[in-house]
Amino acid sequence: MSKQHVSTTINGDEVEFLCEPHQSLLDVLRDELGLTGTKEGCATGDCGACSVMIDGRLVCSCLMLGVEAQGVEVTTIEGIAGADGLHVIQEKYLEHAALQCGICTPGFLVASKALLDHNPNPSEHEVRHWLAGNLCRCTGYDKIVRAVLDAAEEVHQSA
Amino acid sequence: MGAYAYRAPSSVEEALSTLAAEAAAGNRAQMLAGGTDVMVQMRSIDKGPRTFVDVKHVAEANALHIGDDEVFIGAGIASAVLNENDELKSILPGLIEAADLIGSTQIQGRATIGGNLCNSSPAGDTIPALIACGAVCEIASPGGNREVPTEDFVTGVGTNVLEPTEFLIGLKIPRPKGRSSDAYLRFIPRTEMDIAVCGAGVALTLDDSGVCTAAKVSIGAVAITALVVPDAAAALVGTTVDDDALAAAADASSALAKPITDKRGTVEYRRKVVGVLTKRAGAIARDRALAL
Amino acid sequence: MPANNGYKVIGTRPIRHDGVDKVTGRAIYGADTQLAGLLYGQVLRSPHAHARIKSIDTSKAVALPGVKAVLTGTDLPDAGDQIVDLGEGPARLKYLRDNVLATDKALYSGHPVAAVAATSVHVAEEALDLIEVEYEELEAVLDVREAMQEGAPQLHDDMTTQEFGEDTGRKSNLATHFEHRLGDADKAFAEADVVVEREFQTATVHQGYIEPHNATASWNADGQLTVWTSTQGSFTARAQVGAVLDMPISKIKVVPQEIGGGFGGKIPIYLEPVAALLSKASGQPVKMIMTRPAVFESTGPTPGSYIKIKMGADNSGKIVAADAYIAFESGAYPGGLVGAAAMCVFSCYDIPDGRIDCYDVVVNKPRSFAYRAPGSTQVAFATEHVVDLLAAQLGMEPLEIRLKNNATTGTRRIDGVVYPKMGCKEVLEAIRDSEHYQSSAPAGPNGGRGISVGYWFNVGLKSSCTASVNADGTVSLVEGSTDIGGTRTSVAMQFAETLGLQAEDVKPQVADTDSIGHTDVTGGSRVTYATGWAAYKAALDVQDQLCERAAQLWEVEAGQVEFDDGVFRSGDNELTFKELAGRLEETGGPVIGRATVDPDSGVGGSFAANIADVEVDPETGKVDILRFTVIQDAGRAIHPAYVEGQMQGGSVQGIGWALNEEYFYSGDGHLDNSSFLDYRIPTSLDLPMIETIIVEVPNPGHPYGVRGVGEANIAPPPAAIAAAIEDAVGVRPQELPMKPDRIVAALQAHEERAAQAAGG
Repeated sequence: MSKQHVSTTINGDEVEFLCEPHQSLLDVLRDELGLTGTKEGCATGDCGACSVMIDGRLVCSCLMLGVEAQGVEVTTIEGIAGADGLHVIQEKYLEHAALQCGICTPGFLVASKALLDHNPNPSEHEVRHWLAGNLCRCTGYDKIVRAVLDAAEEVHQSA
Repeated sequence: MGAYAYRAPSSVEEALSTLAAEAAAGNRAQMLAGGTDVMVQMRSIDKGPRTFVDVKHVAEANALHIGDDEVFIGAGIASAVLNENDELKSILPGLIEAADLIGSTQIQGRATIGGNLCNSSPAGDTIPALIACGAVCEIASPGGNREVPTEDFVTGVGTNVLEPTEFLIGLKIPRPKGRSSDAYLRFIPRTEMDIAVCGAGVALTLDDSGVCTAAKVSIGAVAITALVVPDAAAALVGTTVDDDALAAAADASSALAKPITDKRGTVEYRRKVVGVLTKRAGAIARDRALAL
Repeated sequence: MPANNGYKVIGTRPIRHDGVDKVTGRAIYGADTQLAGLLYGQVLRSPHAHARIKSIDTSKAVALPGVKAVLTGTDLPDAGDQIVDLGEGPARLKYLRDNVLATDKALYSGHPVAAVAATSVHVAEEALDLIEVEYEELEAVLDVREAMQEGAPQLHDDMTTQEFGEDTGRKSNLATHFEHRLGDADKAFAEADVVVEREFQTATVHQGYIEPHNATASWNADGQLTVWTSTQGSFTARAQVGAVLDMPISKIKVVPQEIGGGFGGKIPIYLEPVAALLSKASGQPVKMIMTRPAVFESTGPTPGSYIKIKMGADNSGKIVAADAYIAFESGAYPGGLVGAAAMCVFSCYDIPDGRIDCYDVVVNKPRSFAYRAPGSTQVAFATEHVVDLLAAQLGMEPLEIRLKNNATTGTRRIDGVVYPKMGCKEVLEAIRDSEHYQSSAPAGPNGGRGISVGYWFNVGLKSSCTASVNADGTVSLVEGSTDIGGTRTSVAMQFAETLGLQAEDVKPQVADTDSIGHTDVTGGSRVTYATGWAAYKAALDVQDQLCERAAQLWEVEAGQVEFDDGVFRSGDNELTFKELAGRLEETGGPVIGRATVDPDSGVGGSFAANIADVEVDPETGKVDILRFTVIQDAGRAIHPAYVEGQMQGGSVQGIGWALNEEYFYSGDGHLDNSSFLDYRIPTSLDLPMIETIIVEVPNPGHPYGVRGVGEANIAPPPAAIAAAIEDAVGVRPQELPMKPDRIVAALQAHEERAAQAAGG
């Protein structure tokens, strides 16, 4: 079984890696690159814990081959905060207590950021619809939805 | 034991020669579009080595063309891209809502209509919608392209007319004319993230007085393949798609359905609800056509 | 913002201490564990629900390049068939061991039968395919009532029924039959003006945590074993691993990694001893992570049940008698949760005469385990229905009958417990006084509203804390309770309150089993209660020691130093906590406070209630939750945001249980929906905001009045939603889940009955 060479960009940095042709991007991130912030909950695209952005589009990294990352830009949870501190969406999750066990949190944060990039002023329904692919078993989603709406509000006001 | 491999051809010719070479070498080749079914199956019911042939870099499969007479949707185009296209949504609202129903935002970012069709699940949401709007499959074949109506494409649970050396380039859909529209509804127990318990796609054309002149109804997840329901269409044609006509169409869908009982619902339930969905989708398609 | 409750820290909403790690992806969960030379382990599971294992041939797997170790059940040490108590009551060691790796029989589809460690996950998976297991398939039994019948397939060749504390010697799938009685139920029923009886069924459901089980083990050449795992209790895990591997706990260190949800399901061990033995055999550390299907097929779940409830009332609306028949599936091995169900079934009511008859039954499903208020949701679904029927027959409102009969201080439950100060009445009054209850019910022909109440008794158990005072006036607080939902902070806040510090001045951390005193599981809603109490006591210890240090500085007796609101005083001398912390070097060096607690006597139970508004689509049977309120007695809400979070999370689990969640087995006992696609936990789009009303009836048994809020909230939702469905469309399901096809079938039956009545 020969590994394939992939050149990609992860969180703004050029990265090269070798992976097996059938290895998922999730396994590459976690096992080959040490980026364990992206979580595995199901490996079948049903829970969203492995959410990353590919060229700005939200995807489940468990449903993408590592080799498909050739030439794209990957954003993971590790790339959400900047050198100057947390992203507003991260701050709002903390302020609103929008996490309990925290295993789904990285996926939710990536998905939430993708939502605000795509639609800076979402309604509650739009937030719920966008995030329906991210399962959380702890919070009942209430505080997550509030955190996203509040982050949108803050982004809106500072814009 | 063979090995896994990945190829990303950039043209139809290159893709066909890749498929032919793999076949000649006795390897299994599998076309990869969004991967949202392939990756799941590879971890469960369909393990084993193969060569992935990625359709997403094939130029022709990445085309989205809205012409005066025909819409072409390449097999590699993610649902999210379709759903962001307002013109497409206004022309084929039923088909696009079917595509949009498949999975989460994350799935939408990868999944394709072509992949949904080629996966050939009895519950594939876009299949009844494609059939209802008269879509035709454009298939790349070693002997040249061939076309197959979507209603003839799926042959059984997970099987279709594609030969190992062929692949789906995209779907040609006649552009609806006049007061024509479509709608697709499915039932799921949750509000998102489920496989259809059953689904119904309706496309219809109304004349100036609101009388239905043409209709096509297709239902999903109630047989091993999506079914065309001629009696449901006949119940709508010649009417104003009023409650009586819709009720007759609903009964026709329920009568034709041959569902099974499984984790997603019982035979009795599916038979009833596929009628309900036919009725409701018919009303939506009618209202959309009336609004044109 | 200070809390409006006389406290400075308790009742505020500080940012949780582990928050930044968890929003940046830096928190290390079990599956994130990385070690040099790590191997990957995989488990082979039985495809059969019930089969005798005739032989296992691992030779081909062993020969596969990259495979470093292969195990079967016979590789587990045989320490005899002793009874062990591992914090959850006594259990047979054989059952614990066989659930880790089957020896003679596979008792459920998914039962582990062999394991492999290899250089990659893919090689390990390939090796599993090479293991040849010869099974003799046996007929499976999956339903609790069928399993109890004469002639049902027998899971255990040697299991006999324990009845009323005696071994009957009778071989059966009925593991235990017991009964509680209070007064004279027969007489009370005979004298009642109204009697209602109904039967109910509830499906097997799973805790549904998003993080799969995992374990990484490293067996050193000196016989020391280290296990990194996501567990609800590192000490309990250590004890279980020690028992299964027949080794002293002193040889084992369990390092609790961050845990991605548990809800009771991560108290038992599964992979830990397997990873340990694979590490021992290979000489390398081994990491194992369950696949999602394996999580559903072989962990958890919580019992399916069959329940009959009979209740009687007099014409004034006073409930005078109650009778429950509760049969619970315990899964493949006995020791289920019916005992807890018995404690909850009539727990919300003051009933003078009654009987609770309980059956713990083995079936060919995974061994059932605790799931948030285990047993309470099933029985609340049943009891609340019958209470509503009594109310209807008596012409009372549902809330009225509950307020007339609510349990209160001094209520003697049928199982004998007498309540200390309790908040049931206050919770029910909070329903009455809520804007939601007073607003009009949903409009339209298919909208409806229901209410319900539920209970969980909460537990105490043992906790330990140590607190090191830092020279800058902060405190490093070490505890043994794994933090699943913000308890580092709720524990640290109680410590801070006690010493007049800010929450941010306390740095809490969860330590491994070598680094803190024994601490029982994170379960039973006990951490904020018991570990919080340990933190309080550790703070008092720090306070005493600092008084002595201040006394040294001021050359007075320690007894002359007073401490109030963060300031030490004696005469005109005054030092703040921070100032004194900075002077420890001059007065004898570091100060460490420590405390252990075992506060079972002060435990305060918690009541929770719901108001649910629904809309039912009568053509599809789909139930939409339009508005949902949860009310719960927290005793004292330490961190109200996380209290609300518990209430909301438990409510939504209850909503999932009510509407969609179930183990769906094929006829031969294979689990057909072992994925998050088909095991349908609620998504964000299925729900409205979950409104919360925190009631505070302080628990007199805790220094800050804490009751524990983790669990009672899951009990009432199915009953409230059932009542709302009935209000909406006139049928009330008696079986969970109330899934769409069941609602449609119930409506059709209802229409047919109505048509017959009209016709006949």
